[in-house]
Amino acid sequence: MTEYTPPPLPPPFNTTTTPPTLIYQGAEAHLYKTTFLTPTTHAALKIRPSKPYRHPILDRRLTRARILQEARCLHKLVKEGVSVPAVLGLDWEGDARNSNSDSASGGGGGGGGGSWLAMEWVEGEVVRAVLERWERYVKDLQRTTGEGVVMDKEERKVRALMKKIGTAVGSLHKAGVIHGDLTTSNLILRPDSHGQAESGDAAAGASPSLEGEIVMIDFGLASQSSQDEDRAVDLYVLERAFGSSHPRAEGFFEEVLAGYRESYKGAGSALKRLEDVRMRGRKRSMIG
Amino acid sequence: MSASLETIQLPHLPSSLAAHAALYKDVQNSSYLRQQLLSANTEFEYAFIDASMILSRAHALSAVFRAANDYLNGRLKSRNVHSEIVFSLSPTNNIADSFRKFGIADTTSRLLVVKISVTPDITHESVAAHLEQNVQGSQIPFDDATLSEISDVTKIKKAYKLGSLPSAAPNQTNGTPGNAKKQLELSVLGAISLRGAT
Repeated sequence: MTEYTPPPLPPPFNTTTTPPTLIYQGAEAHLYKTTFLTPTTHAALKIRPSKPYRHPILDRRLTRARILQEARCLHKLVKEGVSVPAVLGLDWEGDARNSNSDSASGGGGGGGGGSWLAMEWVEGEVVRAVLERWERYVKDLQRTTGEGVVMDKEERKVRALMKKIGTAVGSLHKAGVIHGDLTTSNLILRPDSHGQAESGDAAAGASPSLEGEIVMIDFGLASQSSQDEDRAVDLYVLERAFGSSHPRAEGFFEEVLAGYRESYKGAGSALKRLEDVRMRGRKRSMIG
Repeated sequence: MSASLETIQLPHLPSSLAAHAALYKDVQNSSYLRQQLLSANTEFEYAFIDASMILSRAHALSAVFRAANDYLNGRLKSRNVHSEIVFSLSPTNNIADSFRKFGIADTTSRLLVVKISVTPDITHESVAAHLEQNVQGSQIPFDDATLSEISDVTKIKKAYKLGSLPSAAPNQTNGTPGNAKKQLELSVLGAISLRGAT
């Protein structure tokens, strides 16, 4: 097996003396951690490499449209005060000259050509990991001590977290944006800045902290819409994500909906629509 | 302690493209400096920025980064990388308008000067000496504390059409003054990054 090498970075990151480190790779984009504007400002750099199997002109148009869509949504949400990573920098053309020469030579090599989006770095852990740790803790607790007062406390903590998630999604929908891929991996629990010292694994037996602010990330599939249908599907996708990944927390999903209901005026009708969506699934029935 | 010209190496940009920045107050000869720009005197290829339109270092540096990146990719919309810095501060595509709003005016007393080493003979020393000779004003530190005293938040909000953002007064539920300032700064960075996206 040859070791995987990610596609070359678009300029100026191809010649940088502080190369970004790859932290996640998806089908459409690579996510790097780097610095931006100052050597101490951490940033997430999302790069959409060109896809060699697409026609170069189409490839550029799609990449450009998608990175701009994401950046526009984030920019709008920052202006509305929704907690999402802010856009720090952007290049939707990518390496125009490089991709031109690619198309001249008939595509193939899939050189740079990538456009990039630099975003504010969000400290903290994804809710998925936080909940998994919490679920392990609760499981151990039940085995060793059985039900009791401690469980009440744990239930209160997780209910509070779920409610915060609902409020965050509500503020997103209120601003007229649909996330498109709400899962617990796309929610980060950012510790309060006047932070408790990284408890983490230091106190392995202690009750895991569920304190902090919910920050939504990865707006790669986001769009602008204020329709109940789109909002309901967003909630439905999140509900299913809880159902499949967090069996012990799923029972408290009602708190997400409660937090959501209180967060903006149109929430009620979106929640009503959610009941329809639950009956038929995410895909809308096509009539006519 | 007197401030002096600062040479900044922005992350990821080639080290040959260092940026030199200096902040002045009580500038006496703005009209002369502006005249040099208008007559395209190549000795005076600088980004002369009205410092009251700058919120923070990050605000200024993001315009510098955008201009330098567009310069490297051969995408300048204006005459040179220095005019492009002023243009990059603007959220709109109107170059003349960007100079009216963010560039030096005859009455500017607080001035941010930025120069990029586009050729090897532009060094910290050469820029410092030339500015020393030609800018009549007193240098102050190019830092967030100084900029926040100078910046005209109302004018900045207007230029970026961000009037609806919470003001520095703690009126929002979670709106401490620090948060409002941060939100304004991040909104401005987004506007700079997205300029020209159609």
